[in-house]
Amino acid sequence: MRAAVVTPWVAATLEAAPGEVVALVGPNGAGKTTLLRVLAGLQPATGSLRLDDREVHGLAPQRRNVGWVPQERLLFAHMSALDNVAYGLRARGVSRASARRTALSWLDRLGVADLAGRRPDALSGGQAARVALARALAPAPGLVLLDEPLAALDASSRDDVRRLLRDTLAGGPAPALIVTHDPVDVVALADRLVVLEKGRVVQAGTPAEVTRAPRSTWIADLLGQNAWRGTTDATGLLVDGGGHITAAEPLPPGLSALALAEPSAVTLHRRRPEGSARTVLQGQIGDLRSLGGRVRVVVHAEPDVTAEVTVAAAADLRLADGGPVFATLKATEVRLVDV
Amino acid sequence: MRSVARRPPLALAGPALLAVLLVLLPLAALLGRTPWSRMPALLATTEVRQALWLSLRCGLGAVLLALVLGVPLAWVLARSSLPGRRLLRAVVTVPLVLPPVVGGVALLLAFGRHGVLGRVLVESGTVPAFTPYGVVLAETFVSLPFLVLTVEGAMAGLDRGREDVAATLGAGPLRAFLTVTLPAVAPSVAAGAALAGARALGEFGATITFAGSLPGTTQTVPLAVYQLLEDDPPAAYALSAFLLLVSVALVLGLRARVR
Repeated sequence: MRAAVVTPWVAATLEAAPGEVVALVGPNGAGKTTLLRVLAGLQPATGSLRLDDREVHGLAPQRRNVGWVPQERLLFAHMSALDNVAYGLRARGVSRASARRTALSWLDRLGVADLAGRRPDALSGGQAARVALARALAPAPGLVLLDEPLAALDASSRDDVRRLLRDTLAGGPAPALIVTHDPVDVVALADRLVVLEKGRVVQAGTPAEVTRAPRSTWIADLLGQNAWRGTTDATGLLVDGGGHITAAEPLPPGLSALALAEPSAVTLHRRRPEGSARTVLQGQIGDLRSLGGRVRVVVHAEPDVTAEVTVAAAADLRLADGGPVFATLKATEVRLVDV
Repeated sequence: MRSVARRPPLALAGPALLAVLLVLLPLAALLGRTPWSRMPALLATTEVRQALWLSLRCGLGAVLLALVLGVPLAWVLARSSLPGRRLLRAVVTVPLVLPPVVGGVALLLAFGRHGVLGRVLVESGTVPAFTPYGVVLAETFVSLPFLVLTVEGAMAGLDRGREDVAATLGAGPLRAFLTVTLPAVAPSVAAGAALAGARALGEFGATITFAGSLPGTTQTVPLAVYQLLEDDPPAAYALSAFLLLVSVALVLGLRARVR
């Protein structure tokens, strides 16, 4: 799949090989859903879309052979799960019996064959997600588009459906494009990651590549890192909005850059610590969040910084009491990324 | 939490009670004067049987015609980007408020022997005025807005997402309409058809003006009631009571459907 899309909101190019799963991430309003709708042919745009060396841009949605799973699933309420899944094959002229056979094999593959006779209003969220996926995949689309396929699912069915997505999409006959908000989905599902902000692709690469060098504060935040945007100077980064971060390996001064640091590299003290070659930020304790045996603390300083400490350290420091605190960050733990 | 039951102020309760009486009293009077024991015999006369049979056929014909023409029109009003849709909706609504007699006159001037299409119709031998087809036409004219407005409301409130899904699955617009949109608004189509049918069955003014009141040909039940009131009042009462029962059944059926 090769796509180039231009609308008043979105200008993006995308590429994906058959069997490749590409995660499309970005803040709300970045144009992710618009991009999917354009690729499905449901929204006008200029550009091109090639599927298997066939140019389908300009074709009506029903002639594109693009599978679409909308965020709300939108199963056909008056049809059984089986007929929902058979719909695409019927629309392509496959006989009822044959379409139902194929549909049933898809339901079976997704583990919901026993629900074939049910109406959508008698399905749970996870079951509806599987039926919607089967419906999109049954006609063998040349491109699969999934809009937040795991949103609005409870934790356990989220894991199940995520596994199913991985099993059915990866290595399949078509490329798949998944819009998601969840970094776990990105790591678990995606071969590649495309970051969309304000309608533009700001970064694309494997999850590992993007994690190593995120090119925007939003994506760094999504991946759980501290990220500050600013201008480089001789010793590190002058943060936009005030403050300075010291880095061991500074970039040439005057560049627009991000400074990145893992929250676990930030240490907290109640008294001003001694030492050098590091950033010391004085501030107030903000939000506390428990994170599986560790505590994530937001310190409101100049700039704000997120630290991750053990529960024991949190208790020692009496973080729950709030109040003033010093956060330190070794210069060797700071990476500067030129953007 | 339920709010405390409040006693309505007298200024409102008085008129409300009068309103109920205004509806109930005539209906009770009708039922009171109906010669129930002679009802089967009165309803079995040739004249009445012909009227009932004609009303049934013409009413069904009008509903079918309203469905065939009205559902697509509702779709155009709800979904198309046709310029002048608002004006079109207003035009379609006119028969709702137009005095039926005026509708009858207008139909006569369009489809009558001396109407706009008169020459064409005369030459093809299909002048509908003063025939059962004229009855169907008059009934469709007055009942169409009930169907169109009901179905249009349902279609306008429908999420287009499912039609979009149908399109990505390979369904063209007509297939998507028939397999996704129409089933989704089926309850409203049924309700609209019932309303249109009720209006068609009760049609008087447009029918008598456009199709006349020819026993066995164009004299539907309401027209027969009007004539019997002069010739044979007890038969008119019996037929009226029968229509009242049909109407009550229709209202109950509609309420059940809505729930």
